[in-house]
Amino acid sequence: MSDTHAQTVAYVRETMLPELEPPATERGVIKWMRENLFAGWFNSILTIFAAYVIYKIVVGALPWFANGIWTTDSLAECREILQGATGGCFSVLTERWNQLLFGFKYPDDQYWRPTLAFVVMLVSIAPVLFSHLPRKMLILTGLFPFVAFWLIWGGTILAPLVALLGFVAAYIAFKKVEHQSFAMGLLAGLITAIVVWFVGGFVSGAASNVLALEPVASRDMGGFMLNMILGTVCVSLSLPIGICLALGRQSDMPIIKWICVVFIEFIRGVPLITLLFVANVVLAYFLPPGTNFDLIVRVIIMITAFSSAYIAEVIRGGLAALPRGQYEAADSLGLDYAQATRLIIMPQALKISIPGIVNVAVGLFKDTTLVSVISMFDLVGMIRGPILASTEWNGVYWELWGFAVFVFFIVCYGISQYSQWLERQLQTDHR
Amino acid sequence: MNKSVFLGALTVAGLAAGAAAAGTLDDVKARGKLNCGVVTGLVGFGAPDANGEWQGFDVAVCRAVAAAVLGDPTAVEFVPTTAKTRFTALASGEIDMLARNTTWTFSRDVDLKFEFVGINYYDGQGFMVPKELGVSSAKELDGATICIQTGTTTELNLADFFRKNNISYEPVPIETNAEAQPLYLEGACDVYTTDASGLAATRAAFENPGDHVVLPEIISKEPLGPLVRHGDNDWGDVVRWTLNALIAAEEYGVTSANLEEMSAGTDNPEINRLLGSEGTLGEMLGLSADWAKQAIAAGGNYGELFEKTIGENTPVGLARGLNAQWTDGGLLYAPPFR
Repeated sequence: MSDTHAQTVAYVRETMLPELEPPATERGVIKWMRENLFAGWFNSILTIFAAYVIYKIVVGALPWFANGIWTTDSLAECREILQGATGGCFSVLTERWNQLLFGFKYPDDQYWRPTLAFVVMLVSIAPVLFSHLPRKMLILTGLFPFVAFWLIWGGTILAPLVALLGFVAAYIAFKKVEHQSFAMGLLAGLITAIVVWFVGGFVSGAASNVLALEPVASRDMGGFMLNMILGTVCVSLSLPIGICLALGRQSDMPIIKWICVVFIEFIRGVPLITLLFVANVVLAYFLPPGTNFDLIVRVIIMITAFSSAYIAEVIRGGLAALPRGQYEAADSLGLDYAQATRLIIMPQALKISIPGIVNVAVGLFKDTTLVSVISMFDLVGMIRGPILASTEWNGVYWELWGFAVFVFFIVCYGISQYSQWLERQLQTDHR
Repeated sequence: MNKSVFLGALTVAGLAAGAAAAGTLDDVKARGKLNCGVVTGLVGFGAPDANGEWQGFDVAVCRAVAAAVLGDPTAVEFVPTTAKTRFTALASGEIDMLARNTTWTFSRDVDLKFEFVGINYYDGQGFMVPKELGVSSAKELDGATICIQTGTTTELNLADFFRKNNISYEPVPIETNAEAQPLYLEGACDVYTTDASGLAATRAAFENPGDHVVLPEIISKEPLGPLVRHGDNDWGDVVRWTLNALIAAEEYGVTSANLEEMSAGTDNPEINRLLGSEGTLGEMLGLSADWAKQAIAAGGNYGELFEKTIGENTPVGLARGLNAQWTDGGLLYAPPFR
């Protein structure tokens, strides 16, 4: 057969043609652009329009950054140097950076303390966030609250040490009595802790100079440091409280259930700002005159209550999403309530709840700026109050608010990226 | 019914608590610090500087009182308050006195149970508009959008003024003076209204102050002064006469420069009584004999404080106007020290 054709065809190629590159429109950047930017007339118009907007923004903002002035002492000097040209007056950041970060009353020579506390926080939070780090680092995490308190507020190291001892003693007492019953163990732990704190209070009061840092009053905290303090403390306190509330709400015991339901529904029905006003203004009427119940503590209690109610609802959603079979499987293994919750229910429910919890945490962190309304000088309070009211910087807006946006964006974007990474790690989708 | 009983009980408890705190002067002396409520930030009147030190015209009153009572102008715990939290802070005893550009009105004095001890700045509400609007009188502002701070007397004055003149306006509520500035400059409102002192300070911070005019109408009386709680007259007297001492010192020519020399004794018995080289005025107040000297030494007399914080050589640039001594045609008139 083939032989006959060999006679009729004049030429037969015996080798393959070398591969050619795809046409210019089907490869590289051009292909990518055709597919992603100019697919169809509608997308093309959108692309051109978007490019125009970006161009406008860059052209508008670039000279503002490029001509920015960093070294003057007041807005008036900035304007003198600029002579009407566009340019940011970033000098306000270089002159007042310490007030923006630490508030205006934190002693300047002590700035290393909150900075160190921040670094220690990053280290001690790492084992909680990344499970492949050595578990021994968790000891550091447990110690961190006491170290941070000592660093930021100052005073003798005995006070946080006594607090820590109280917790340790309570844990030992709890372990000793636990075999009798869980409730007895809790009671024993509580009593031990109170005794230790009471005795320790005398000791640390008497020896207030042991390893003492210069004490700084709560009133003197401010700037972004205050946002960080409120954010970290309230998030880390509201997680366990929220879990307890969520479990309590599902409990069969009516009193516990109703306490949790009333708490959650009441707190969720009230705006945070009203709670803050209560903390600042109304509480002062009820306390006996002269008592100085620390304002930061009051605010922390209110924000924690607020966010734990929200976290409780998020976790309740996670609990509700678990199939009934999981609970029954735990029961059929003979686990009691505490074991089943700890080993089977919570790990799954928390996994499902991660996006919701992160959502609440980010929201909470941003909500800490609301304390500026009750005349606390957090980052926003510093900008709105003292800095814009100073004769030198009255009238600088974009630079200051831009700085605030920048700082908050870094933190919130970081949290959100972490949660996405964690979700991929835990594979929460049921594939 | 039950609710009202409960609220009544709360009120009684609150009053009892207030009564127990009577003797603020002793409290302050025992504490060694004066808790003074100030503004969270108002150009010239009160704001912390780059070093975190509170500066300003209202702040100076706090320092003078601290100096008179404790002999130390730095023995002050400044408690920043907003327009909304200031009165509760004072009523609850968190602060001993409030020196925070607060207008003396009937209801604040009588109904809210405070005692205004005097007036340290006579202000009045005015309007600022861009020049290009071509407005020359506030009565031409029919239909204008107006930026106004909430929770202040200016809000109420504005409503009164427009109702009286039978013209309409649209309010743009704002929280602080700092917030109003960009809104006004961006044209979110045609008019900005607040106390004339605030307008002057705001205008001075603009890039082109000449493009904006303050209209001639002053539509309200805004006597600003320090205040204390009702019912503690001894403490009220201390604050009142400290303020009077600052004003009188200017009238008699006692300045921080010649204070030492004059306190040794002068030919003018009034000055001698004021500075404690004659008579027992300090003792009557429950203070040391040199209380007024200390108060004046804290930052100078009224005129010096004015020049330093809000006067014509500062960025705020306010003229004395109504706040001149009565001898110069102003309203400042300290009762005799006798």
